[in-house]
Amino acid sequence: MSSLTMRPCGDFRTSYKQDNTIYETKTIRNVAIIAIALLCCAPFLVDAYFLTLFIQISYLGIAALGLNILVGYTGQISLGHGAFFGFGAFASAWLNMSFGIPVLLCIPIAGFLTMLVGMLFGLPASRIKGLYLAIATLAAQFILEDFFARAQWFTGGSAGSSADPVSIFGFVFNTDRSFFYIALFALVFMYIWGCNLMRSREGRAFIAVRDHYLSAEIMGIKLNKYRLLSFGVSSFYAGIGGALYAHYLGYVSAEGFTLFMSIQFLAMIIIGGLGSIKGTLMGVVFMVFLPEVLESGVGLMKMTDWGNIPMVVDGLAYIKEMAIGLVIILFLIFEPEGMAHRWAQIKNYWKFYPFSY
Amino acid sequence: MNFELLIQLIINGLIVGLLYGVVGMCFVLVYKSTQIVNFAQGEFLLVGAWVCWSVLIYLELPFIVGFLLTMAFMAAFGILIQMIVLRPMIGEPIISVIMVTIGLSIFFQALMKWIFGVSAQSYPRVFDAQSIQIFGLNIESAYLMSTVIALIIMVAFYLFFKHSKYGLAMRATAFNQQIAQSLGISVKQVFAMSWGIAATVSATAGIVIGMVNGVSSSLSMMGIKVFPAVILGGLDSIVGAIVGGLTIGVLENLAEFFDSQYLHVGNMYDIAPFYVLLIILWFKPYGLFGTKDIERI
Repeated sequence: MSSLTMRPCGDFRTSYKQDNTIYETKTIRNVAIIAIALLCCAPFLVDAYFLTLFIQISYLGIAALGLNILVGYTGQISLGHGAFFGFGAFASAWLNMSFGIPVLLCIPIAGFLTMLVGMLFGLPASRIKGLYLAIATLAAQFILEDFFARAQWFTGGSAGSSADPVSIFGFVFNTDRSFFYIALFALVFMYIWGCNLMRSREGRAFIAVRDHYLSAEIMGIKLNKYRLLSFGVSSFYAGIGGALYAHYLGYVSAEGFTLFMSIQFLAMIIIGGLGSIKGTLMGVVFMVFLPEVLESGVGLMKMTDWGNIPMVVDGLAYIKEMAIGLVIILFLIFEPEGMAHRWAQIKNYWKFYPFSY
Repeated sequence: MNFELLIQLIINGLIVGLLYGVVGMCFVLVYKSTQIVNFAQGEFLLVGAWVCWSVLIYLELPFIVGFLLTMAFMAAFGILIQMIVLRPMIGEPIISVIMVTIGLSIFFQALMKWIFGVSAQSYPRVFDAQSIQIFGLNIESAYLMSTVIALIIMVAFYLFFKHSKYGLAMRATAFNQQIAQSLGISVKQVFAMSWGIAATVSATAGIVIGMVNGVSSSLSMMGIKVFPAVILGGLDSIVGAIVGGLTIGVLENLAEFFDSQYLHVGNMYDIAPFYVLLIILWFKPYGLFGTKDIERI
């Protein structure tokens, strides 16, 4: 059945390999390839504004996928993801500036450094869980933030530190248009890697730990090892995302990586769908577009007579924050499984149409 | 070594620690009776302080009337939050519940900034004397009042839980929700009540701090700084919250003292409690007085 181009109505898998495949049918794979090919043409077709949004989606998306592996797949909670993202950004800039390591190498090394830091803070995670862990990672967030403000040699203190743009064989990716390809490559690479990780022994162990950790332990899965590993993988993703951010902007300052950022990452994966790789990307797109939509909405209101309320126009920054809080609450109450779940429901509706029961 | 400064700082630490203890108690109350970790605790302080401030400034009521009005408002506020937002979350996984309270916290923090602005506002003068000399130490009258209020709240908590019907119902619910329900206790009411009490009492702490330092959005940091205190005492122990609060209050002042005298690294006041928090979680994850989570298969 795997040779079919359409997805069958029902479960006809006969081998483990079929069950484990990333692309269920050839059509899906072809569509994915075509979509990426089309995206490659995007820099010549769309506005620079959308390119910056896409680049934003890609580096945030990579970090958010890391968080989803930790929260959605392993069932641990982290409130310090924003700080790990920041650590990746600073680490990459520091390696680049202090040691002159080429940027392309800096990014993975920064990822590994962040992984080490994440595992250090994740160490208590092997002993505690649930809300205790949430609070431990909260402490990690504040300690790292304090470290950023303090470690002059690492972050450049309050002045911030600068980072070179990515360059390969002398070609410098310093415009939105050229960096788009770096971002796209990193996004696709990290997402395919994430998919594959979840198909491996480690990925299944993560899910087992999430679903019922006692049963998992009885079956011979070392809880400590996999919880720590999950922390490592998650911080690695955060580090890569942060490093891309640093080399895209060319400048990192310590103010941005607050608790609010960590919460935004959590909001992305909750809106998208915990434990869903596709959902992660949906959530990130949603969260990147939400403030933009609000901004243009207020912009439109400003032009009309009745809508030009100074309180609304001046308070836009607060309205954006409130919207994020509100969206988190509404999604958790009305669609706790996120957009990925809703998407699956819509797809099923059409698949079984008109016999949708 | 500057002894006078040291003693002054320790006294300050004890006074602030009492307030941490009060906020921590509310936190533990909500956690014990509803199993919800309330990340929006700091926003209760913030909302309460702003409401009281606006009642005093715009309606020009005497302090005690404004204070009581605020208390009534906060009780309704807490109960409404529980009914609208947290009731649908019963039975959801812990991450969802935590995230809902985080969402609430972001929402109200932004709302308060939007309505009242970001700059700190000071309360109208309530006491004639700004500070009182006790044994040669300067103690602000608002702080003295806060100590008295904190002690009153603590005693009231004790009496309420030990000797009232509702307190008994809450303790029963905290012990086991199913059994409590089968005995005819309305668990819904208990949940609503605990949120109402937590909001009211936190708001008191918020008003007291607002009277000393002025009201601003940084008040909500109190809700986060209460975590080290609560974890130190054990998440489900009310006595632990008080002990933890006092310890953290003294500790952050001591850290500040040693930092200013010897280390000169700066920012120790804010960050030291979190190092302590990590150390506690490493060695004694269930705190000093918390019940250990024993799992049987």
